[in-house]
Amino acid sequence: MNKIIKYVLYDILRSKIIVAYTLFLLLLSIGLFNLGGSPDKGLLSLLNLVLLTVPLISIVFATTHFYNSYEFMELLVSQPIRRSKIFMSEYLGVSLSLSAAFLIGVGIPVLLFAPGATGLYLVLTGVFITFIFVALAFLASVITRDKAKGIGIALMLWFYFALIYDGIVLFILYSFGDYPLEYATLALTALNPVDLGRVMVLLNLDVSAMMGYTGALYKSIFGSGWGVGIAFMILVLWVLVPLLVSRRAFTRRDL
Amino acid sequence: MKDPSKHIIIWTACAFVLLLTSLQAVGGTLKVCSTCEYRSVKEAVSKAKAGDVVLVDGGTYKESGITITQPIRLIGQNNPVIDGNNSGQIITVASDNVTIQGFTLQNVATSYTRDDAAIRVRQQNNIRILNNTILKTYFGIYLQYSDSIVIKDNVIKGENLGKTESSLGNAIHLYYTDDVQIIGNDVQGHRDGIYLETVKNSKVVRNTSRQNMRYGLHFMFSDNNVYTHNTFRKNGAGVAVMYTTNVHMEYNTFEDNWGAASYGLLLKEINNSFIHNNIFRRNTTGIHMESSSRLDFKNNDFERNGWAIKLMTTCIDDTFRLNNFTGNSFDISTNGNAQHNYFEHNYWDKYTGYDLDKDGVGDVPYRPVSLYSMLVEQVPPSIMFMRSFMVDLLDNMEKVMPSIIPQTLVDEQPLMKKIDHDNNREFVQVLRQTASAPWRER
Repeated sequence: MNKIIKYVLYDILRSKIIVAYTLFLLLLSIGLFNLGGSPDKGLLSLLNLVLLTVPLISIVFATTHFYNSYEFMELLVSQPIRRSKIFMSEYLGVSLSLSAAFLIGVGIPVLLFAPGATGLYLVLTGVFITFIFVALAFLASVITRDKAKGIGIALMLWFYFALIYDGIVLFILYSFGDYPLEYATLALTALNPVDLGRVMVLLNLDVSAMMGYTGALYKSIFGSGWGVGIAFMILVLWVLVPLLVSRRAFTRRDL
Repeated sequence: MKDPSKHIIIWTACAFVLLLTSLQAVGGTLKVCSTCEYRSVKEAVSKAKAGDVVLVDGGTYKESGITITQPIRLIGQNNPVIDGNNSGQIITVASDNVTIQGFTLQNVATSYTRDDAAIRVRQQNNIRILNNTILKTYFGIYLQYSDSIVIKDNVIKGENLGKTESSLGNAIHLYYTDDVQIIGNDVQGHRDGIYLETVKNSKVVRNTSRQNMRYGLHFMFSDNNVYTHNTFRKNGAGVAVMYTTNVHMEYNTFEDNWGAASYGLLLKEINNSFIHNNIFRRNTTGIHMESSSRLDFKNNDFERNGWAIKLMTTCIDDTFRLNNFTGNSFDISTNGNAQHNYFEHNYWDKYTGYDLDKDGVGDVPYRPVSLYSMLVEQVPPSIMFMRSFMVDLLDNMEKVMPSIIPQTLVDEQPLMKKIDHDNNREFVQVLRQTASAPWRER
């Protein structure tokens, strides 16, 4: 398995896209920290960009990578190697390289400019989101053999999590505004990893004090170690569920 | 001709006699210390005649129930401590023209029926309470039905840790007392820092009120008062003022009032008043306004608040000019469409317009109420989507084509650059520091 991961990593490194991604993140982070003035402000702007770009790049890169290495996978399948092993190696290869790019591109500037619990949450959230969206990309890729269709599905997934979902939830909240929605909102947030990551970082920033009564309620939940633990557990679930579903589909499917 | 020297002698003698009698009117001095004639403050005060000075030397006096019935001056030297030992009120003033200066008064227990205080004044005029330190008391300074009062440079510190709001008293509590000067006091750890009920024609200047359980400053039915250069910091619910007209609030700082129900300044039914040159910094809500009309907001700075101003539709004819709004999550939020308030020449850091004719005024109007802030006002849980991409998108769409946000709440002439309010706070701070006694905690 390690050998396959190594080949996958070589392959990714050769494509140079990952280097460009690292540089892009690095420039963005350093730029924002230097622009924002206070480190808190920098973290906040960085959070917005991370939650928009990291899912998009992860999901598009992982989908294209999956389709591009189809022949390599077919070759491996002809060898006495279990399919789930091949799939997991591909997954780990892609998500580890993207996470490494993220850790260098965002983790190092955060460590330099805004070290602390909130910075750690931001970096952890970014890494989790990378893993989650690579898993979702693989799910999109195993659904269809057609590359264009696969990328289309991946983009739709990104669009859904980054934009449409929030719109739907806001609409629901607005329509049912007469009911007590505090805990329903909490549950709805957990159903979108991007929102979950955003809320977790936001509530650990200074601005959380500015969010009034409901903000205080959520802070009492997410501010505690217990709440953060549960939030990360949910993020782990968000990695595992699409990954296991797609692995199952991959092992059973006619390549 | 008479001898002129005789005249001089007579005049000198007259002057001398006059001088002696006037000295007599000022009165004698009764000294209190462990080796003096009087060993307790109570004894000395009860023996003192009108115009006397009771001079208390350093040391600890375990006393309570001291009642001043004559116009005297009670002065502490070398910081004497009067320890009430939780056995009731320490000093009761039952005479006009009394000065209490330079004491440390401590330990007055909570008393729900009597409202015990360190210094209590009832129906007396011309009282001066200066340079005292009041520690761990139920009420600190409590005045009712009195006039012409000076409360200056006192430090009043309570302990509110683990206590409920109802078991705490106010640091400075005034009821039906007019013409008061509250200057340079440092009050903390009580229920309300400064509580004024039906207090008129008074001045509240250079006080610091912090970490009180409820309000830093709380007044009702107190017309024609001036509040300047005060700092209200980290109070449980900020500052709340109600049912009053003609208030001047200038050069005050409202900061760090964080919490679920916390305001920098809550205005309820305040009319015809001026709120100028104040700083509102890091409050959950900078100003919450209800049923307040004809207020003039000018030269204020709103920095990094959750909501800079919550303007309820019950407010009419309020004017906001030349204020800075920077780094607030929401600049203005409101609960309805009808708006009869006037915004002009404010600086908004969220303004994205342009200034083609370079006159410093933006060419397109700014609408400080965002769609999202309206949504949050109606459905509080939607605060969870703060800074979500969707929210930014909706806000921008609404900004381009406003349809839901109030049409009339608009700054037609927003400024392009932040206004530099020359509030001279540094100068004031230097003054304050040099004025403070060295033993005070700073």
